[in-house]
Amino acid sequence: MNGAPSFLELRGITKRFPGVLALNGVDFEVRAGEVHALLGENGAGKSTLIKTIAGVYRTDAGELFVDGRPARVRNPHDAQALGIGTIFQEFTLAPDMTVAENIFLGREPLRIRALSIVDRKEVVRRTRDVLASLDLQVDPEATVRDLGVAQQQMVEIAKALSLDARLIIMDEPTATLTAHEIDRLFESIRSLRARGVAVVYVSHRLDEVKTICDRATILRDGAFVATVTVESTSIDAMIRLMVGRDLKDKFPKVVIEPGEEVLRVEHLTRTGVLHDVSFSVRRGEIVGIAGLVGSKRTETVRAVFGADPVDGGRIYLHGKPVKIRTPADAIDHGIALVPEDRKRQGIFAVLSVRENIVLSALGQFSRGGFLDLRRERRKAQEFVASMRVATPDLEKRVLDLSGGNQQKVVIAKWLNTHAEVFLFDEPTRGIDVGGKIEVYRLMGELLSRGAAIVMISSELPEILGLSDRILVMRDGRICGEFTRAEATEEDILNCALRGAPAA
Amino acid sequence: MPAIIVALAIVFGSINPNFWSVTNLANVSRQVSILALLSLGQTFAILSGGIDLSVGSLLALVSVVCAQVMREFGLVEGIAAGVTAGGVAGLVSGLIIARARVPAFIATLGMLVAARGAALTLSGGLPIAGLPREFLVLGAGYIGPFPIPTVVAVVAFLLAHVILSRTRFGRYVYAMGSNEEAAVLSGINVAKYKMLVYVASGLFAGVAGVILTARVISGQPTLGEVQELYSIAAVVIGGGRISGGVGGIGTTLMGVLVLGILGNGLNLVQVSSYIQNIVIGAIIVGAVYVDLARERRQ
Repeated sequence: MNGAPSFLELRGITKRFPGVLALNGVDFEVRAGEVHALLGENGAGKSTLIKTIAGVYRTDAGELFVDGRPARVRNPHDAQALGIGTIFQEFTLAPDMTVAENIFLGREPLRIRALSIVDRKEVVRRTRDVLASLDLQVDPEATVRDLGVAQQQMVEIAKALSLDARLIIMDEPTATLTAHEIDRLFESIRSLRARGVAVVYVSHRLDEVKTICDRATILRDGAFVATVTVESTSIDAMIRLMVGRDLKDKFPKVVIEPGEEVLRVEHLTRTGVLHDVSFSVRRGEIVGIAGLVGSKRTETVRAVFGADPVDGGRIYLHGKPVKIRTPADAIDHGIALVPEDRKRQGIFAVLSVRENIVLSALGQFSRGGFLDLRRERRKAQEFVASMRVATPDLEKRVLDLSGGNQQKVVIAKWLNTHAEVFLFDEPTRGIDVGGKIEVYRLMGELLSRGAAIVMISSELPEILGLSDRILVMRDGRICGEFTRAEATEEDILNCALRGAPAA
Repeated sequence: MPAIIVALAIVFGSINPNFWSVTNLANVSRQVSILALLSLGQTFAILSGGIDLSVGSLLALVSVVCAQVMREFGLVEGIAAGVTAGGVAGLVSGLIIARARVPAFIATLGMLVAARGAALTLSGGLPIAGLPREFLVLGAGYIGPFPIPTVVAVVAFLLAHVILSRTRFGRYVYAMGSNEEAAVLSGINVAKYKMLVYVASGLFAGVAGVILTARVISGQPTLGEVQELYSIAAVVIGGGRISGGVGGIGTTLMGVLVLGILGNGLNLVQVSSYIQNIVIGAIIVGAVYVDLARERRQ
């Protein structure tokens, strides 16, 4: 590996945005046939760097070499011509077209060249080959919209593979994949590597980096920190390089003697989705819900929150049955939901930090029918200070904050409503290491104030590190329950995959 | 945007000094007051993430209803019936959008066609004359040096500004336009507030329709064609985002002023009305382009 020639080399890459130096003289070298991780906290410059390589951004200074020769990437087309393919985190598939049409979009094999008539059979046949090489059970003629998120991600990957690129950049490719799908992805990455293709792998999941990557380059605050050999670098050492400080405890778990039961859900049923789901959570307790993507964990908390209809079941708060038909009902009863997809469901991107924080409790900020803006500012300022939201001022659009700070704003919104039960759905997805710890710390504070927390997470270390009790879901049923002391990753995985704890 | 308005005024004023005469300024403000009122309703609709294509046709429906009731029952009844007709039409659109969940573009497109048809049916396609003389005052009268339609529009602007910036309804309009799903999950009764948005838009169109009827002193089933498009233009020229969540009464006021001053000024410097349309078309696209370019740079 060490002797392999470098395919791509960047020297002194600098990129400025108004008021921000996003990349400051970054060096980066990728060799043919290696899997190279690009690591750093959110805002460290990873996305900017890969967008520079992919031709989305133009640099202000610096040089780029391909095969040792100076090259220019002025737009995505240049990048493709140099053999660089990119799988962005945001999907770039056309949802109403078929899988096959998407994979060959823009380079359809033609039947009658002069008339530009597409050879549909050929498109389908070649798509079948690509999908088979990924061992992917997807109908080439299925409409992309009808696929699950994970399958869409795999189609995206299939598309990049079919481009015969010499370098493939993958931005958080496993964020929505199940363990099994991740295994398949890794297999195809290994076969790419064997063929001499280079892969740049961007991920927050360091255990994956350990599994699949050869070298890693770490960025911090837009600057190059180090390039290391993965095999000889521990995860803790990588984290140290990323955050520039030691992280003694990745999961600052607050252990509190649980109090009385706050929420109890009995026989929650939604035809074809949820089957007789029952659980409860007590004051000062975190109940983690583990399971594969598609195991209906999100649907469970949405049903409790009144966001989805149910066909049967009862919900009790403090032992009393309550009727929850809408999110407004749930909020009135002291339930809060921090949803899975922050951008689509959590934040009001173009509204200010202040407006986001007060939105669920405007009643408190009204006087004689009019909003009391001074009180809004005071309260929002209080939360920004106590939760350490990094924002220049209260009127900043939430869009401009980092992922971790956006999540804090979403949580702050619920502190105004005096919520007692917090339903967290993937609370740290897409948030960097430092931001995650801040979110965990906030969860701990909520517990010490007497809150009860239900937390869905696809990251097992997070589930194991924070939960007092762990529920495992599969196909809309709860198939196992573990205490903090007895749970292991193997047991939870077994349960999630097979529907029962291993004997 | 204020700089552009000042620049326009200076250019027109230097070519034709009449631009600055009190009579002309009063005229501009009177002419622009109808578009101003329609644009207020449109601001609510667009801010909330929707659109109201029906406001132009509602002018005609309101005018016909107002004139017929006024001839039959009297001045005040006619005015009240006109405004109510606007509100009811808005309620119908609102219910279709909020309850039946038909996209606002389609629901109000249907209302655009249907309201025009209703106006023509009610009037038999003919103007309705014979309205009381006192009604003229509403269109042509003055309070001090200010034309009454101007005063009504200014009051409506202030009212709309207070609603949007200082009430829960106003805040929810922005929230829905910024992220409807997040609004639902924040406990906002999105269906109710969406409906209110179109009721508000219909009511503003109702007031505009009554004033327009007073100015032409008859009920006219052909009023207001393509005015819905100018109201959309007014909202976006000033900086309102077409997909919602960004903008407000201030930006809409800018858009209305640009369109009003352009129309009047181009007349004064004797640019033909055909060419005026070409200029205004270019301005609509240009203003939004400049806005987007600025945002992209950030």
